[in-house]
Amino acid sequence: MVMIKLETIDIVFSYDGHSGPPILDDVSIQLAPSRILGIVGPNGSGKSTLLKCIDRIIKPNHGSVLLDRREIMKMGRMEIAKKIGYVQQTISRGFPTSVFDTVLMGRRPHLNWRSDEEDDEKIWEVLRLLDIEDLALKYFGELSGGQQQKVLIARALAQEAEVILLDEPTSNLDILRQFEVMDIIRDLVNKKLVSAIIAIHDLNLASRYSDKIIMMKRGKIVSAGEPSYVLTADNIASVYGVEAVIRKQSEAPYIIPIGPIKTTIRKG
Amino acid sequence: MAKTIRRRGTRTGKKSAIQEEHSKRIGMKIILILTLPVLIFIITGISATLGSADLLIWDAYSAILHRIFPEYFYTTWLSDICVWHLRLPRIAWAITAGFGLGIAGAAMQAILRNPLASPFTLGISSGAAFGVSLAIVLNLGFFGGMWLIVGNAFIFAMLCSGLILGLASIRGATSEIMILCGIAMNYIFGAASSLFQYFASDQELRGMSFWGMGDLGAFSWEELRPVIVLIAIGSFVLMRKAWDLNVMTVGDETAKSLGVDSGRIRLIVMTASSLLIAGIVAFTGIIGFIGLVGPHMARMIIGADHRFLLPASGLLGGVILLGADTVGRTILAPIILPVGSMTSMLGVPFFLYLILKRRREYW
Repeated sequence: MVMIKLETIDIVFSYDGHSGPPILDDVSIQLAPSRILGIVGPNGSGKSTLLKCIDRIIKPNHGSVLLDRREIMKMGRMEIAKKIGYVQQTISRGFPTSVFDTVLMGRRPHLNWRSDEEDDEKIWEVLRLLDIEDLALKYFGELSGGQQQKVLIARALAQEAEVILLDEPTSNLDILRQFEVMDIIRDLVNKKLVSAIIAIHDLNLASRYSDKIIMMKRGKIVSAGEPSYVLTADNIASVYGVEAVIRKQSEAPYIIPIGPIKTTIRKG
Repeated sequence: MAKTIRRRGTRTGKKSAIQEEHSKRIGMKIILILTLPVLIFIITGISATLGSADLLIWDAYSAILHRIFPEYFYTTWLSDICVWHLRLPRIAWAITAGFGLGIAGAAMQAILRNPLASPFTLGISSGAAFGVSLAIVLNLGFFGGMWLIVGNAFIFAMLCSGLILGLASIRGATSEIMILCGIAMNYIFGAASSLFQYFASDQELRGMSFWGMGDLGAFSWEELRPVIVLIAIGSFVLMRKAWDLNVMTVGDETAKSLGVDSGRIRLIVMTASSLLIAGIVAFTGIIGFIGLVGPHMARMIIGADHRFLLPASGLLGGVILLGADTVGRTILAPIILPVGSMTSMLGVPFFLYLILKRRREYW
């Protein structure tokens, strides 16, 4: 039997309760331990919403999320926070916080009122692990996009999360930083035995780094499986409306988008 | 696979340079916080010497300390009366009120994630002012005698924040909703108070406008005691939530993923801060500025970590209010200028100076 770290069963979500159009429509996924699951799909296909449902930031109208076979809808907020880390795409600007204090927030689920030496030591360890110790006293807002992304991953590590959800971790990064961030995630999954679910736009990064890929369109899963199974010219044409050529590049499919598929405008 | 994960530095034993620097900064923050009570003690001494009876600063201190360590400090009957009965109550009110307004202001800015949030932008003072108008003009209130005005101010301040909390819990306790509800309350209670002013007699108008300027000298030790208890409890609740306030500055969704239910914390903190503010304002009248700018100054000095920021805002609030009142008692002595105006007149230039001098964005 295949081990499952986290799975969702028939998740349905719509913003206006049951009446509105579903953002997620019967979404079921399975994540094996120590694996990377990539979620791809056009804008508005429900990638971010799915991540939020998994972390119970929003509550699905229907369906369940099982973490180590336990229903997370029945777990407390703090309990979920000890297991699942969430690296959000946009950071809302608050009062300025240092990198150290930002990462320290990850210890919140494990603390009662105050932090102690041991928590501090954990933060330093995580910062060293990601090679950003020298940024510790800088303000988060002063960092570049790549550095900020690393700090947020560090926070999820300080949280000691077993599953890390990342929403577009490489958007806004230059190509070198994209590789750096994805390599960090890959290494963490291999060495720290965490599992990761990554919502990502870049199909080639998804192809290169994911163990499994889920392709979504309008809240539904269109295709799921190994990158070479999901990332086909047919799927890309039907989901994105883009003509693409697929090459093989070091065992992973490499996608070269050609251009939008011309569709005849329907009448009426 | 690229070797992204490297181990650097030592796992145990020696601290790295940046760790040392970090510890040093924490130590600095603690020292800064500890200097504030010293500053309060110094201004207390100066303030206790001011007044119609001439006292030297040493007389003032020994009169204060005589009651605490009678074996070590001596005082005269006159100094004792002067200091303990006439001057110290006012000083103690200033410190207490400043502390409460400062800490509550810092907490409110955190939960509303808005630098403009203060006890007064949220309409709590308008609610209190409306209660006072009701008491002065119509003589209508929940209690009689000297508690008429105090009781009305307190109850209507709480009513106002109760309405905000009620609306927020129906529609979701986001910062935007709470601020909008607060502004709405501000307008409705403000409008109601203006109607009263329209029909009030000259004497009643005077009473209302004096209340709106703030006064620290109206009450004595007796009434201070329950306020201190209220502030102690409220501050304790707020300090317990310091961690959650830190987490909430990064946004509700991220806070949730870190285990913090922002909506719930917002309601708890709002309730505690409103109680603090209502308890103070009911006695002193409206003292603006401190709840807004005290926390900002504290943040510039000490940073945004609420474990340090909350006590620092409270203590700094005490320093500002006591300082402003001391100046207000001095410049046109024996006339005492209203403390609510003094805080703004003295504090705003200093605050603008800080904004211009510091380059980093604080909000």
